[in-house]
Amino acid sequence: MDSALIPKGVKRCSFFQFMGGLGAVGLVLAWGVYAMLLCWIKGLNQTNMNDYYGFALWIWADLAVIALGGGAFFTGLMKYVFGKDELKHIINFAVLIGFICYSSALLILAIDVGQPLRSWYIFWHANVHSMLTEVAFCLSCYFAVLTIEYIPLILENRQIDKVPFWHNLSHNMHTYMAVFAATGAFLSFFHQGSLGGVAGVMFGRPFAFREHLFIWPWTFFLFTWSAAAYGPCFTIWLVRITEKITGKKLVRETAIQLLAKLAGWMMFTYIIAKIIDTLYWATVTAPGLGFTLKDFYSNNPFYGFWILAAEIVVCGVVPAVMLVMPKVRQNPYGLFIAVTLGVIGVSLNRWVMVLQVMAVPIMQFDQWVMYIPSWQEVATTILPVAYGVILVMISYRYLPVFPNEAELNPIEPETPPVVEAETAESDDTAGAEQGLTPAEA
Amino acid sequence: MFPFNFEWIWDASHLIFMGGLWYALSILGAGMTFIVIKTIIDTAQGKGGHHH
Repeated sequence: MDSALIPKGVKRCSFFQFMGGLGAVGLVLAWGVYAMLLCWIKGLNQTNMNDYYGFALWIWADLAVIALGGGAFFTGLMKYVFGKDELKHIINFAVLIGFICYSSALLILAIDVGQPLRSWYIFWHANVHSMLTEVAFCLSCYFAVLTIEYIPLILENRQIDKVPFWHNLSHNMHTYMAVFAATGAFLSFFHQGSLGGVAGVMFGRPFAFREHLFIWPWTFFLFTWSAAAYGPCFTIWLVRITEKITGKKLVRETAIQLLAKLAGWMMFTYIIAKIIDTLYWATVTAPGLGFTLKDFYSNNPFYGFWILAAEIVVCGVVPAVMLVMPKVRQNPYGLFIAVTLGVIGVSLNRWVMVLQVMAVPIMQFDQWVMYIPSWQEVATTILPVAYGVILVMISYRYLPVFPNEAELNPIEPETPPVVEAETAESDDTAGAEQGLTPAEA
Repeated sequence: MFPFNFEWIWDASHLIFMGGLWYALSILGAGMTFIVIKTIIDTAQGKGGHHH
């Protein structure tokens, strides 16, 4: 039914099977939209946020998807600015994932602010002393960059590309993409960093507070560094999952290996910096504020030393070492385990820096306050996942997201029996009129 | 926020924050304007008839 829209030389499932898949994910999306409308219509009393938890599940999800979407800016920076041309085989997918992650972050924020119609206040009545203002500015601008990077992919749809204006627009956008990629890297550096800076400047929260370099706490640099390190892991992780679902090889192994190697060395250097930061914080910064390390990890039902070990050792040191070792990286299982641990590690880091910060008692009369999100919060957090799956499904079906797919998965032409070939001559002629080869049709 | 808004103050914070925003938006806006104009000219000259 929609074969004329599908890229040349690739095979897709039937239209009805595709619509069935969309419908199934659409139900989850509808559940999230219902919860979102509840939050907008009835207000934030639909959540379990309170005076302790002004930041909760949504802000964790926000920070996590922004870190995981860091693969787009890092891959773009490497390809367009540092000339790692091999990454052209994966850049489209990295941009798509970045676009989904950042649009999801903005959607979550639109729910979290409670009054989305006043979102523009942050630009018009900006508080220029807030790191969150910087985040809002850079996030919005970088989303514009990702949109600019995603548009040429849409224009490369087989039918749209036939129109000379759209074809030229796509070509010209590709030609000058380096300007936007460099701008995107600049914007990403600051908004990723400022998200970490928000935690690091809170001198009233000894669990998060860090020493500074000028106005920037160490968490500023650690957040940018971790996004550049772990974002590509998420891109590789999703490539592998998409390959598993489609049963095809979609990206050249050389591109995957290069990205994994770059991510591995970024993780390796990041985790050394993170360990040094943690040691200095545990032995100097926190004691200077009247706390011991044990105060942050005991006398509560959930946050033990295990979370520190899980974040830094199991999901930090281990995947970093795995990815910098060529033999492990080149092993399909080794690579998948490493990037999976990386994805969990950065999500855990953002959880700790958002939720554990809120949970730790500060005053002597304070107690550990636990937080369990309401179903509306959970549904609206799953909403972007469903939206992302739908966008990947549509993009994969109709756009050349994986430019090497046809080459890596050649369609073997079926050789019909001689007698049937003669009788089916008229059908073949009809197919040729539409400009389709039998395999594509 | 612009300098003609009542909240505007001529200090480093406003200049750096708002200047940075305008700078980024200017690059994106100018870049896309250039590309669209070039595309219109290219199309008018008959380019893009074949596919690369």
